Amino acid sequence: MAVPFSTVDLLQALSAGLLVGSAYALMCIGLGIIFGSMNVINFAQGDFLMLGMYAAFYLTTGFGVLAFLGPYGGPIVAAFLAGPIVFALGWVLHRFIVARVTGAGVSQIAGAGAYGQIIVTLGISLILQNGGLIVFGSTPVGIRTPLSRQSWEIGDVLLNQARVVSFFFAVALAGGMYLFLSHTRLGKGLRAAADNPQAAIYMGIDVDRAHRIAWSVGVGITAVAGGLVATFQTFQPYVGFDFVIVMYAGVVLGGLGSNFGAFWGGLLIGVVQQMSTLILPYQLQNTAIFVVFLLIIFLRPQGMFGRLSERT
Amino acid sequence: MRTRAEARRQRWAILGFAVAILVLSFVVLKSAYYQLVLTQVLLWAVLSLAWNLLSGYSGYFSFGHAAFWGLGAYTVALGMLYFDLTPWISVPFAALVGAVAGAIIGYPTFRLRGHYFALAMLAYPLATLYVFQWLGYQELALPMKREAPLLYMQFEDPRAYVVLALGLVVAALLISLKVENSRFGMALLAIKQNEPAAEAAGINTWRWKMLALMLSGAIAAIAGGLYGVVLLVVTPETVFGMLVSAQALILALFGGVGSLWGPVIGAMLLVPLAEGLNAELGDVLPGIQGVVYGIAIIMIILWAPEGVYWRALDRLSRRSPAPHAPEPAAGTIATPVAANVAPLPRAPAPLGDDLLVLRDVGISFGGLRALDGIDLAIPEGGLYGIIGPNGAGKTTLFNVINGFLAPDPGAITLSGEPITGLRPSQVCRRGVGRTFQVVRAFPRMTVLENVIVGAFVGAPDDAAARQMALAALDRVGLSARSGAIAGGLTTRELRLMELARALVPHPKLMLLDETLAGLAHDDLDGILTVIRQLRADGITVVIIEHTMQAMVKLVDHFTVLDHGRLIASGQPNDVVRDPSVIEAYLGKKWVDRVAVPAK
Repeated sequence: MAVPFSTVDLLQALSAGLLVGSAYALMCIGLGIIFGSMNVINFAQGDFLMLGMYAAFYLTTGFGVLAFLGPYGGPIVAAFLAGPIVFALGWVLHRFIVARVTGAGVSQIAGAGAYGQIIVTLGISLILQNGGLIVFGSTPVGIRTPLSRQSWEIGDVLLNQARVVSFFFAVALAGGMYLFLSHTRLGKGLRAAADNPQAAIYMGIDVDRAHRIAWSVGVGITAVAGGLVATFQTFQPYVGFDFVIVMYAGVVLGGLGSNFGAFWGGLLIGVVQQMSTLILPYQLQNTAIFVVFLLIIFLRPQGMFGRLSERT
Repeated sequence: MRTRAEARRQRWAILGFAVAILVLSFVVLKSAYYQLVLTQVLLWAVLSLAWNLLSGYSGYFSFGHAAFWGLGAYTVALGMLYFDLTPWISVPFAALVGAVAGAIIGYPTFRLRGHYFALAMLAYPLATLYVFQWLGYQELALPMKREAPLLYMQFEDPRAYVVLALGLVVAALLISLKVENSRFGMALLAIKQNEPAAEAAGINTWRWKMLALMLSGAIAAIAGGLYGVVLLVVTPETVFGMLVSAQALILALFGGVGSLWGPVIGAMLLVPLAEGLNAELGDVLPGIQGVVYGIAIIMIILWAPEGVYWRALDRLSRRSPAPHAPEPAAGTIATPVAANVAPLPRAPAPLGDDLLVLRDVGISFGGLRALDGIDLAIPEGGLYGIIGPNGAGKTTLFNVINGFLAPDPGAITLSGEPITGLRPSQVCRRGVGRTFQVVRAFPRMTVLENVIVGAFVGAPDDAAARQMALAALDRVGLSARSGAIAGGLTTRELRLMELARALVPHPKLMLLDETLAGLAHDDLDGILTVIRQLRADGITVVIIEHTMQAMVKLVDHFTVLDHGRLIASGQPNDVVRDPSVIEAYLGKKWVDRVAVPAK
């Protein structure tokens, strides 16, 4: 059987998939923390990612804030600074809006049923997206660093330097998050609040506070991932939507509620996306992700590492 | 379900609305621009009505109605470009495309529920968007047909479009009204409030959901088709984009989800606002439309989550003393129902042939063998008790019998006919009624409506269903409460209501899952009387119970289940005295109690 691509192409796509996938993995962890702890589908996650991109962009280039760090260090530091900025915004949004439709104290909302939460995040998404259009303009921008245009060669495979650097930082931060969730008191509290909010309340865990932290950390982590992606890809205010599906596909693939799974799911989605370009036209990259996403939902909704519990 | 008078009033309201729009268009509005905005208001109202038909009534939220809208618009645009097809044909044809798309989408997607369904729906329009981009249909401009404008729906006068769009709104409203007033709408509401209960009550939930999605897709696509004609340019982003799907649900939620007028109210309020701001400020603030929708939807969820329509209704009814809760139409309750209902149909039968037979039935959940090698034959006309400790597999056994779970391996027959692997609604149609351990009511319906849902199985038409439901309520002694909202009932009333819902289609077999649990002593007697009455009427009853003393007096035959296996079977007094049963499954203390004769 004739294969329409060479081994080098394959390795090239695979490595690109892993490099891009690491950033996806990081944003999936962010989304996974929110879904896992609050059981809320956050539509606006992609738009927080977009905010992270613009935050990093303006920190690096806009006002020259980080000029003294040089073209190599600046973008990375900016990406990490985008985290706290978006964290703070997330905190405020949760405090004044999201908390009113989520959490242990809120029973089902009359008209919209359990969907009140999704709809509120949809509203936030619309505001951030279109507000972004007003504030940032529609021209695509990117954080240009010398790394963006250079590659390392391993054999015949080219590795974009910006992607490699972002890979290492993404994996490091993902590892840090893993330690935070599994070994700190706060992280364990978040997981308890996720597992059984009622029981967590009885055990003295402030579930609303846990949710606020989960939400803010979740959007913050995703914003850092956005900042990293911004070093090798251009973006505009509507970019979030391309990533929402990437993130949900990754989180669902990994298994809803499993942070560890979200990481591998995101990585795998990156690989699927890049490998699909071997056989599909470039424009259908994201369609390939949709197809994978739908397949997972139908065939194995609990994902790779998730569990499914439902009672009749 | 509304009464006929109410439906008539609604039809007058629709007529009034149509006249008001015509007056607005022909008398008030002068500029062509305002006519265009009005057309858009109407078209978005149609999309939102379509969304409401599925999501508002059935509770299955769609985040992907742009798929239908976009397919409609592209059907019209491509038809005109490649086949020189006039919109007079392609716009109605778009409805067919939408219905087919609904079937294709629904077939796999209705296997999902809740958040998963919503997420999967989100993927369809976006995946389609990329495909249309890839196909090179970036921007399709409908060709101008100067030689025959009327033939191609290209009118000089923008009011013509208003009239066409108004026609669609009126049609969508009438369809919604028709749905609301039929068993279709009741089935969707039942699905929204408790899907397993609806299925167990004989509603083929899958069929109604598919129908709702196809109808909804058809309406959305036809509106999308006309939208393409009006705007003359179709791009993937404007017709498949997220804002389209979002608008469909935002307008409905803002106006009042699940109400006839909600989507129209939402469109009348929000679309002109967003359009107006976009026209005034679009150059300076390019995304103002999306921001307005975002703010609107957050505000509505925070302050009036039920929507403007319901909120206004509540305000009005609070001012006037008229009760808000739907009261049963006067007269239907006051007349004694029993009079026009035939006396209990079947005479008490002696134990007859086997009605229900289970052969080697088993089922596993992961590694757990929940049922294992169950052989059971339940004779006709008896009162059969199943007991066993927690986790013994009693409810699982019911779930296997009535079709919630498929046995593996095993075969089940009812009156000699195999029922293995049938849907619960089909099992119900063959004569198996069931109640649940935790009562599964439709909490926002009245008691009568709850029972009517169960009556659709056996009733030739909706009026007969109502009569049968009233008779069943009479039978369990709940007639006086038929107008009450189920959410406010006591446990005893809920149990009785569930019994009435299960027995309204005259089942051969009733499965009662811990019907006596959680009841006070006084309430117990009432329900026991009803259960004995069931047997007297010739209905075979299988009951799962924990309340031992009541059971010993009640049932003819006992079966003990533990760890998914049948342990013992026989006359109640024998089984209860069986030392192994007592020791192993009822605990030591029962040995002493049973030693004292029950009577």
